[in-house]
Amino acid sequence: MSGQRTWGFWIGAAAVLGLAALAVATVKNEYYFFAAYVVIQFVVLATAWNILGGYAGYVNFGTSAFFGVGAYIAIMLVKYMALPLGLQILAAAAVGGALGFGVGLLTLRLRGIFFSIATVAVTIILETVVINWRYVGGATGIQILRPPVMEPFDSYIKMLFIVIVLVAIVAVAIARFIETSWIGRGLRAIRDNEEAAECTGVPTLRLKLLACTISGALMAAAGAPLAMYQGYVEPASSFNLTYSVSALAMPLIGGTSHWIGPVIGAMLLGTVQQVVTVTISNELNVLVVGVLLVIFVVAAPEGIIGLVQKLRHRLASRKPPP
Amino acid sequence: MSEPLLRIDGVSKHFGGFAALTEVSIAVAPGERFGLIGPNGSGKTTLINCVSGSLRNESGTITFAGENISKLPAFQRTRRGIARSFQIPRPFTSMSVLENLIVPLEFVAHRGSLHRADTHGEAMAILKEIGLADKALTPSNRLSQVELRKLELARAMAAKPKLLISDEAMAGLAGNEIGEVLDILFKLNAAGITIIMIEHIMQAVMRFSQRVICLDAGRIICEGTPDSIVKNGEVQRAYLGA
Repeated sequence: MSGQRTWGFWIGAAAVLGLAALAVATVKNEYYFFAAYVVIQFVVLATAWNILGGYAGYVNFGTSAFFGVGAYIAIMLVKYMALPLGLQILAAAAVGGALGFGVGLLTLRLRGIFFSIATVAVTIILETVVINWRYVGGATGIQILRPPVMEPFDSYIKMLFIVIVLVAIVAVAIARFIETSWIGRGLRAIRDNEEAAECTGVPTLRLKLLACTISGALMAAAGAPLAMYQGYVEPASSFNLTYSVSALAMPLIGGTSHWIGPVIGAMLLGTVQQVVTVTISNELNVLVVGVLLVIFVVAAPEGIIGLVQKLRHRLASRKPPP
Repeated sequence: MSEPLLRIDGVSKHFGGFAALTEVSIAVAPGERFGLIGPNGSGKTTLINCVSGSLRNESGTITFAGENISKLPAFQRTRRGIARSFQIPRPFTSMSVLENLIVPLEFVAHRGSLHRADTHGEAMAILKEIGLADKALTPSNRLSQVELRKLELARAMAAKPKLLISDEAMAGLAGNEIGEVLDILFKLNAAGITIIMIEHIMQAVMRFSQRVICLDAGRIICEGTPDSIVKNGEVQRAYLGA
C-alpha cells in the first residue's frame, strides 16, 4: 500500500514537472512565470516551515532569516566565484542547514512562545549583520547581471520557474518522507506531548535538531534563486518578515498534519496574493494573509485538510453498514 | 536481597528554596512489586521523575542494572529498560491507540532493526493483552478514563521495560476498573517486570505491593511490608489521617 502511494507520489510529481515544461514551451507571456515563481517559492517555504512548525509543533518565525541567508549565499557565489545556479542552491542549502542546526542548538531547549521569540531575534540579528557588512553591499544591497540563459530555455525567468518547481518537488518529497517515516511519528509525538515522547524513547532534542536543519536547508534553497529572479538582493526585502508570516500562514490554512496541506495553502494564498498585487495593491498582501489566517483559525483550525477529513468522516458515518 | 535492579542513593532535589527530596535512598529488587505512598506534595512524583529522567537529581546517584544513569536523558533511560505511566494520562492525541504503541516500538524495541520488525503485529499483541484490541484504530483522544489508563500502561509495555513505574494509574477509576488495572499490573509482574506503584488507593497498594515505602516532605518516614506500614504510627500521622 505504502509502495503504491510512493509510486503515485512520484507519478504526480512527474506530471507536475511535465505540466510546468509544457507551460514553458507554450505560454509566451513571461508575467505568468514571474507570478508562478513566487507562488512555487512559497510552496517550498511553507513545506519547509511545516517540517518543524507543523510536525513538531515548534512555531518558527525565522523563515525570513534562512531565506535571506540563502539569497545572500547565492549572490556571493555568483558575484565572486561565478558558480552556476545549481551549485548556488546546493551551497545555500548547506549553509541554511548549518544555520538551522546552530539556531536549533541555541533555541530548541526553549518551548512555546519563547522559542518563537528567539527565532524572530535570529532574523533581526542576521539582517543587522548584513546591513552593516559592506562586502555584501550593506543596506543598499548588491546587484548582479544575469548570465546568459541555458538551452533549451528561451528566457531566464522560464528557466528559474522550472528550477523552483524542481526545488519544490524535492522539498515536498523530503517532507513526505519525514511525515510517513518513524521520524515523522517521533515529531508528532513531540508535538502532542514532549515529556511523554521523551519517556517513550524518542530522542526529542535530536529529532528537533534534525527537523530544524532540514527545514533551514530548504528555506535557504528557496531563497537562493532570488538574486537571479530580482537581479539584485538587499537586506530589507531578503529578510522581510512577511516571508515568515506567509510561510506560517500557508500551512495553517492548508493544514499542518499532511504534506499536501502546505502545498494547498501556498498555492491558494500565494495565488490570491499575486492577484491582489496586480489588481489592487502590493500593500494589501499582508492584509489578505491576516484576514485569511483569522478566518481559518476560527472556522477551520485544522486547515483545509482538516475540513476535508471531517467531511469524509461525516459521509462515511452516513453510509448504512453493509 | 539479590543485587537490586534500581538503586537510589542519597538523592535530593530542590525547587528554589523548597526541598522536594532530601537524601532519599531506595533499592528495588528484580521482579519486585514495590509500593510508594505518601501525602500529596511528599515527593513521590518528583522521585520517579528523577528516576525516569524527566528531572535531574542535584545530589546522589541512581543506578539501574548496575549502571549509573543519573546523567542520562530520559529517552536513554527508557532504552535501558525504565518505562513509566503518567499521573494524568498523556496520550499522543494526534495518533490512534495503535500508533501510540508504535512510537516506543520504533524508538526503543526495534531501533536499528526497524525494516525487519512487524511493529503493527507487536502493538496489536500488547493491546490484546491489555484489553484494548478493539480500540486499536480509535483516535486516542476519544478514549474513556480507564481506557486512557490502560493505554498508558500499554505504551509503557511497548518499550519492553525491565522496570515499570506506574504513577497513580488507578486515580479516578471505579472499583471494577481498579480491579482491571490491578490485574494487568499483576500479569506484567508475573511476566518478570519489576513494578513500582505510586498510588493513593490503599487497598490497591496493600493488595499489590510486597514492600512499601512512605514518603513525607521529601524524606522516607517508613519502609516495610504493607501490613507493617499501615500500623506504623508515623505513617498514620502523616498520611493515613489517624
